[in-house]
Amino acid sequence: MGLRSELHFDAVVIGGGTAGLIAATRLAEGGASVSVLAKGVGSTHLAPGTVDVLGYAPERVEEPGRAVAELAAARPDHPYALIGLDAIGESLAWFAEQVAEGPLPGYRYVGSLERNHLLPTAVGAMRPSTLVPETMAAGDLRSGEPICVVGSRMLRDFHAALCAANLARAGIEARSVEVAFEVDRADQSSLGLARRFDDAAWRAAFAAQLGSLLKPGERVGLPAVLGLADPHGVWSDLRERLGRAVFEIPTLPPSVPGIRLFELLRSALRRNGGRLVLGSEVTGAERADGRVVAVIGHASGRDVRYVASSFVLATGGFGSGAIELGSDWVTRDTVLGLPLRGEPAAGEPRFVPEYLAEQPMSRVGVAVDGQLRAEGAENVAVAGAALPGAVPWRELSGEGIAVASGYRAASTLLSTAAAGAAA
Amino acid sequence: MSADVDVLRSLLRAEELRGSLDHCVKCTICETQCPVSNVSPLFPGPKYAGPQAERYRVADQPSAEWSVDYCSGCGICTQVCPQGVKIAEINAQARNKLKREHGVPLRDRIITRPTWLGRAATPVAPLANLSLRLRPVRILGEKILKVHRDAATPGFAGWRFSRWARKRTSPRTGRKVVYFHNCGTEYYEPWEGQKVVQILEHNGFEVVVPKQDCCGLPLQSSGLFDDARKVVLRLARALAQHVHDEDTIIVGNATSCTLMLKREAREILGLEHDPYLKLVSERTYDICELLLELHDRGELKTDFRPVEEHIAYHAPCQQQGHWVGKPALDLFALIPGLQVSEMTARCCGIAGTYGLKAEKYDIAMNVGRSLFDQIAASGASEVACDSETCRWQITHATQCKSVHPIDYLHRAYGLDG
Repeated sequence: MGLRSELHFDAVVIGGGTAGLIAATRLAEGGASVSVLAKGVGSTHLAPGTVDVLGYAPERVEEPGRAVAELAAARPDHPYALIGLDAIGESLAWFAEQVAEGPLPGYRYVGSLERNHLLPTAVGAMRPSTLVPETMAAGDLRSGEPICVVGSRMLRDFHAALCAANLARAGIEARSVEVAFEVDRADQSSLGLARRFDDAAWRAAFAAQLGSLLKPGERVGLPAVLGLADPHGVWSDLRERLGRAVFEIPTLPPSVPGIRLFELLRSALRRNGGRLVLGSEVTGAERADGRVVAVIGHASGRDVRYVASSFVLATGGFGSGAIELGSDWVTRDTVLGLPLRGEPAAGEPRFVPEYLAEQPMSRVGVAVDGQLRAEGAENVAVAGAALPGAVPWRELSGEGIAVASGYRAASTLLSTAAAGAAA
Repeated sequence: MSADVDVLRSLLRAEELRGSLDHCVKCTICETQCPVSNVSPLFPGPKYAGPQAERYRVADQPSAEWSVDYCSGCGICTQVCPQGVKIAEINAQARNKLKREHGVPLRDRIITRPTWLGRAATPVAPLANLSLRLRPVRILGEKILKVHRDAATPGFAGWRFSRWARKRTSPRTGRKVVYFHNCGTEYYEPWEGQKVVQILEHNGFEVVVPKQDCCGLPLQSSGLFDDARKVVLRLARALAQHVHDEDTIIVGNATSCTLMLKREAREILGLEHDPYLKLVSERTYDICELLLELHDRGELKTDFRPVEEHIAYHAPCQQQGHWVGKPALDLFALIPGLQVSEMTARCCGIAGTYGLKAEKYDIAMNVGRSLFDQIAASGASEVACDSETCRWQITHATQCKSVHPIDYLHRAYGLDG
């Protein structure tokens, strides 16, 4: 029989975060046979589950569409400049459709490039965000309705009083109440609570207790734990029982809306015929004639050679370890070894003292052309945090770049495949 | 000299495994996926029991606490970790340390020996099966042996797969494949082994069935490492004898046992240096993995008849530990008429022998609850699943018939007569 351990696909996507799953789903929808190789679960479980397109540029952004256009004009090296506003809008609409077709009935994302939402964070800061789960939308701080933030001593890491006090400091009418959630363990996480909320009887008892603590005219901000199996149902039920607007506030990890997002994206991939190999780290690549021919996926006992006509590199940046800065001050793409761009020039500072400042080194990413094709490997497209030129945590642009570049990278590869077939 | 180097290398690998805990960034992704900690407060979760508690475990000092005994060893935490921390493997070793310090219950010495049970019960199968169904016997078993009275136990087939295999000769095609049937096939479901052989022969293979025994996984997962090492090394030698050239491969249909041979025995039991096990590890395929690779090469026969059936598919945790995706789904897509609902709940709870244990049965049933609910909601008539203990648990909990994925290929090929 002969050992080979080899599989062939039209496209192999490396990375199972938002960018990778979006790219793979779009490729599969376009008719390609696709396999996603993911070392583990990506950042979805840690992020709030919103799609922040552009929050700061550098002032707080009200109209993300307009601000993206200005950013693109000023910074031609930024991923948004390469993708273009139209493709960003297209990708967001496509994303919202994929979510709506998913396994969570009624759960949908709302918002547009016209106007950002302005939502409270867990510590009561204000966060501009573009596409958000409907369950968060009523938290918009530009509405004058007073807010009651609900917490519990049983849920660590969510301090309703702190959240409300900070909102009040910013001039928003907010107060907090504490509810005694019934739990069976000292280390209750947001995920465990979310499962409780899926239980109708438990939820009814919770709503009855909370209802008595609310004042007329208040909307209710809860930590983002309103169910995993049917969040739309849980949220609607609470609105009805409490007779007022209810919204979720993202928590510290684990992020329940992020877990929902991962399940939605994974199911979109499966629905379109793509496959996901979870737990397989890409440990090597074979290259020939300016192309990547195959990648090696680590597997138990014996690695698997994944041969494909095209690849998407959606491995993340420094945060995931996909891009590395060595003690020799040399940066590398640790997965495919592709050329990078964005390193500070000789003599320029690599880092600046303030931790959250715009760190010059953080702009490093895999060098791409205007269609997100990797330099030095014409059949590889790059998506997400592996792209150079952005500072997502300052811009609040991480998921926006992930969605738009994942979608754009797939379009590039699909049109190349179509052109190849026509020729 | 080279033996010393191998031992040294093995020690280094073990240290590398433990050392992987330094890559933990406390992201809690493993905690979100752990089937046990999400339903029971008795297990604080893979991150706490693993990379965090491991820092306080010192080889020659007593273990500080027991919670790691509630880890079922499913391995999901390792699979989902984005930083490459060997969480499940660290926990397995901590469990072994506990057992070495505090002793092993009699129960764990018995239920981890499928070969002893199978050999003893096969000649008296009707009697053995009847007594496993008798309430007083099960209550007594729970009192004396701490095997839960309601736990799913399979029936003994009353005949052994190896006896059937020995009496026949696979057609000599020159394309040899070594078949690792496991204990489940040998004593409980010999017909599954017959199907494997027929499918392989249908695709032009000459199937060699060596004399073989348990892979040691039940011993390993209960923390009896010394016994597990003896058992798996004996099996590795038995299989390796039949690996004659670079082309020989080994195929198995029990996905947890093939994973034991591929990776777990080497990693968890620290047997990286054993040359027989290394050889066997590199040559072993899970049956669906092999058939998919054949299909990829254009070498799988696809003369499939329609199978008009709506089934649910559950990929067991141990199948996921192969890190090759879900080949069964790719194969199902080749069968006309077959409608498949993929289950996304992670674990059925049984984890080999975990769910049999009296103190863990309820946890195991709660772990499986979301899977059982999904199966019920899917409206599927049968459940396909690659692991026999998971199938027994699923049938026990849902009353749904559960079979190995190859059953549908067998039917689609028209081999079911």
